[in-house]
Amino acid sequence: MTTAHLQFDFIVDKAQNTITVRREFRANRQLVWDCHTKSELLNQWYAPQPFTTKTKHMDFRSGGYWHYAMVDPTGVEYWCRMDYETVQPIEGYTGLDGFSDANGALNAELPRAHWNATFSDLEANTLVQTVVTYNSLSDLETVIQMGMQEGLTSTLERLDAFLLTLNS
Amino acid sequence: MRRDVFQAIADPTRRAIIALIALQSMTPNSIAEHFDTTRQAVSKHLRILTECELVKQEHKGREIYYTLELERMKEIDKWLEQFRKIWETRFNQLDILLQTIQNQQKP
Repeated sequence: MTTAHLQFDFIVDKAQNTITVRREFRANRQLVWDCHTKSELLNQWYAPQPFTTKTKHMDFRSGGYWHYAMVDPTGVEYWCRMDYETVQPIEGYTGLDGFSDANGALNAELPRAHWNATFSDLEANTLVQTVVTYNSLSDLETVIQMGMQEGLTSTLERLDAFLLTLNS
Repeated sequence: MRRDVFQAIADPTRRAIIALIALQSMTPNSIAEHFDTTRQAVSKHLRILTECELVKQEHKGREIYYTLELERMKEIDKWLEQFRKIWETRFNQLDILLQTIQNQQKP
């Protein structure tokens, strides 16, 4: 399978505090939608390797939420919670993405980001656009710094380094 | 007080100042000449940029020159690059899942 010519845009707007992620997928819209909205499917791709995804609660509707953890290879769980605001199958959804504890209580100290995801046809393929908006870009800095400190990105870096040693 | 880098670069005047001194180090007066704002306002922007360690002061004789901290600027892009990598990895995993499901659906 080749992904070489699938569209992928990652646009940072530092003035508007937004990150726009656009990605084309080689599948019809219903299937791509299901993969984004059903926990048994989300569990299979959402957390970047070597993390795995674990869902504790999923109620995909306006007012519902997804409570999930990204689990690192040593078993440490990083809990998150996505609160859905609006849902329009199979057009898009909006929600608030934040950090929580294992019981689903939101971590008020860490910033939440607003998500606006839209799904559209691109010939036989599907284009998913997610606009992630932070209250301020300092929120984004906090999230990314936390990611680095608490292992998410540093684990990815360690993996890169490990792969390099394997190849050399 | 340590200020936030992203807060610093969210302001259009401060981004313009960064663009100016990226080319060469400049005194506050020569920086102020490029803006329709008071010298005081420019000083305030420079103070914020200094507190964020995005620019540093250098004393040359009686003049103070402002220079860009290139390493700090690169740090910001590194954070964003990490974030981009997460999405990229995540979506590559979804490609594989989509492929697997579609293969199973074929008769």
